[in-house]
Amino acid sequence: MDQTLVVTLMVNGTQVTRSVQPRQHLVDFLRDELGLTGSHIGCEHGVCGACTLRVNGEIVRGCLMLAVQANGCRVDTIEGLSDSKELAKLQKAFHEKNALQCGFCTPGMLMAAQDLVRLNRKPTREEIRSHISGNYCRCTGYQAIVDAIEEVVNG
Amino acid sequence: MGKAELPLHTPGTKIDRGYIGESVPRPNAARLLQGRGAFTDDLRFPRLAHVAFFRSPYAHALIKKLDLEPARRQPGVIGVFDGRAVAEYCTPWVAVLAHLKGIKSPEQHAIAIERACWQGEAVAAVVAESRTQAEDAVQLIEAEWEELPVVVDMEESLKNTKTIHPGFEDNICFKREHDTGGVDDAFAKADVVVEDTFHFGRHTGVCLEGRAILADYNAAEHSLTVYHATQAPHMMQDIFSRHLNIPEGNVRVIAKDVGGSFGIKVHVYADEMATAALSVMLRRPVKFVADRLESFLSDIHAREHRAKVRVACTKAGEILAFELDDLTAIGPYSVYPRTSGIEGNQVVNLTGGPYRHQKYKARMHVVFTNKNVTCQYRAVGHPIAVALTEGIVDLAAQKLGMDPAEFRRINLIADDAYPYTFPSGIKFEKLSHHKALDLLLKITNYAHLRAEQSRLRQQKIYRGIGLAAMIEVTNPSPAFYGVGGARISAQDGATIRLEPTGMVTVMCSVTEQGQGTEGIFAQIAASAVGVSMDKVKVITGDTGVTPYGGGTWASRGAGIGGEAVLQAGRALRSNMLEVAAHILKADKAELDIAGNAVINKLTQERKLELAELGRVAYFRPDTLPMDFQSELTVTRHYTPRQYGFTFTNGIQASLVEVDPDTGFVKLLKHWCVEDSGTVINPMLVDEQLRGGVVQGIGAALYEECLYSPEGQLLNGNMADYLVPMSGEMPDIVCAHIETPTLQSQLGAKGVGEAGTAGAPAAIMNAINDALAPLNARVTRMPFTPERILRALKKV
Repeated sequence: MDQTLVVTLMVNGTQVTRSVQPRQHLVDFLRDELGLTGSHIGCEHGVCGACTLRVNGEIVRGCLMLAVQANGCRVDTIEGLSDSKELAKLQKAFHEKNALQCGFCTPGMLMAAQDLVRLNRKPTREEIRSHISGNYCRCTGYQAIVDAIEEVVNG
Repeated sequence: MGKAELPLHTPGTKIDRGYIGESVPRPNAARLLQGRGAFTDDLRFPRLAHVAFFRSPYAHALIKKLDLEPARRQPGVIGVFDGRAVAEYCTPWVAVLAHLKGIKSPEQHAIAIERACWQGEAVAAVVAESRTQAEDAVQLIEAEWEELPVVVDMEESLKNTKTIHPGFEDNICFKREHDTGGVDDAFAKADVVVEDTFHFGRHTGVCLEGRAILADYNAAEHSLTVYHATQAPHMMQDIFSRHLNIPEGNVRVIAKDVGGSFGIKVHVYADEMATAALSVMLRRPVKFVADRLESFLSDIHAREHRAKVRVACTKAGEILAFELDDLTAIGPYSVYPRTSGIEGNQVVNLTGGPYRHQKYKARMHVVFTNKNVTCQYRAVGHPIAVALTEGIVDLAAQKLGMDPAEFRRINLIADDAYPYTFPSGIKFEKLSHHKALDLLLKITNYAHLRAEQSRLRQQKIYRGIGLAAMIEVTNPSPAFYGVGGARISAQDGATIRLEPTGMVTVMCSVTEQGQGTEGIFAQIAASAVGVSMDKVKVITGDTGVTPYGGGTWASRGAGIGGEAVLQAGRALRSNMLEVAAHILKADKAELDIAGNAVINKLTQERKLELAELGRVAYFRPDTLPMDFQSELTVTRHYTPRQYGFTFTNGIQASLVEVDPDTGFVKLLKHWCVEDSGTVINPMLVDEQLRGGVVQGIGAALYEECLYSPEGQLLNGNMADYLVPMSGEMPDIVCAHIETPTLQSQLGAKGVGEAGTAGAPAAIMNAINDALAPLNARVTRMPFTPERILRALKKV
């Protein structure tokens, strides 16, 4: 358990190198080693989507990927995509439509939503619902989230 | 009294409501949208230690031996403790309340001593430098157990074939009987009697953020600061103080961002008390965050009921009497300090609630079992009472050959009948059932839905329309807990301070878990003082900062906390105008505040910017009269007193399509009409309703904590325990009636639980309406495809 491996990855555009335990998953790595606490832990078995991150441009469950698997990868988190303004339109729409309550699912939800935005097509409400159907939100009932995403992808 | 001091609902007067009634976005959402909130697990402290618990693998067993030594030798381990060690620092508790006569429960310790009573009860704690190290060491604790007889079924528990707790004669935690008299006679004389038995699956809150606590003991000060994902910081301050023997003033509870609560985070959890005790024992900060598997095993569950309900009616469809026999199981302990007797008590209070019959008889038992504990979860008791009432009402309408909407119209309490005392003893100030029904029928286009349903049945498409009228407890007075001896505040307070630059800081004892408390307080404060919302900063969730209060539960935040903010804001404005009158050498009565400035009331001319007022008051008070002292920080409190609860009402409709070949239910649309009094922010109110409806949908279709006969939780993870996800959820239409409560100037009632209260009943009725032509009926929630196919006799 004490054996560590050195990983180097690009997190939000900054190269970081750390020694990590092989068993540490990526979201624990981001939270505990780098202090990037915007990615949340909801279930640690790949169901709730709270830890959704972007690795090499694809969204992944941060709890189902090990930090060592991200060696050499480009990882983008809610903090990075907020600062780069990539999420600005979605964040504005979420804010205006109150597409969040407690905000715990929101970073993962925005990651999943932005993945749909980047596909650059005009999805129906059903397709939006389907795209975020791996992200659990206990507070909103989802409708405002669908409304907000719809406004951005079709606006 | 000027207009600004009148209640917002004063008849015949147009009050400037400012932001009240506007759908403005919540200022505090911005940080959450960037992942820059501060949930308890996000906090980093020097010397922070992490605790993991060794939990009982058995539902009921004696701890014969606990060998902690192998765990103590593990890397990073700071300490390993059993129940006796922790009990030296944390006294046990018994969760009973005086107004629930006869309720009993055994003593519960922070960590179980000698005996574990449910699978998942913590029996030892490992504190280490990291959570990983603590979990590794937990694996090495060696225990010897002697299994004890297990009671998992509530009917068996009631029969008392095995008594769970030594020293108790039976497994009954609490029982209640209620009888208005005349019920048997009403049933004997009735033209029509219908009865049915309904079953409700035990389920749980599944907050996305697990329970979280970081306790930081300062040995030099003998003080404890607890960062806690809680709904009730002051209640927890009192609890930590009394059970850890630390003076109240030395305990500070801070609830920063909380990732959903829904009642889950308003209770005392043994493992959280243990965490606080461990911080004292180790003299360093200790953190516990329940992971998802622990959450299923230890977050309170709720709603496990079996209830038989009967209704007596005339041929004309008039309800004469209700009779109820409810049984509910709560696990091995009544949960501290609210008790686990309240849910069943609410079912007795609320069953039959919207209707005008006067005869009512009820019997209710709360029994112990060897499963996880249950307690108050969003809409406490309401989903049960509403489903029983609306389920049996639909059956009566069906038997009489009446349309369910028409049957309800005949029986709903008239809108001009208030104040009104319901036969269970609860009192309604003013409800609007008929207005709500009319509005629902209009927005659903009910006649059209029925016609479409009938047409589609010809094509063997089975759609159902379900209605559910409801009443809802909000704004509770001390009658809920305080009268029973619980140290749970029914009053709340708000402090408002004018800052020198003309900004306004609000500190309120009601907490924020995402429902928008801080947003609506900013709206109310801005409106009451006369500033724009960007000038208002709201602080909640810190016993060291805010006035004393109850926090967030029972849909009380807007109605109670909001009223305190309104009164404090109005008082601050009055005090600001006194300062302005001196500066301007004008009559206070001629001045008002609007748009961040003191204005002339008549001409609306801007006379003094608030930044100038603040500058003079704080930095140049020497320019004000010698005998004048400005008071630009104001505190006001509010307690609802006149009624035990400020009841609200509403009605929901569900449109579903049932596939008789697969048993799948497709939710096509859902409507919710609600009367929550003064609506402060329509967007947030709609969001509360929709979120609540979806939790109710979970109860109706998906969610159930399944236990084996040995008391093992079979589906305690998110892959096996289904929750509503976006793909299956319908769009939900909300509409409002506003009947303000006249008990407060604001007039707001609560809305947080209405959706969850009514949705399961509406869906059940819709499914049974769809199944009616197939002569099938379901009464056991959740309505899984299997249960529907069984009702159709296809499996």
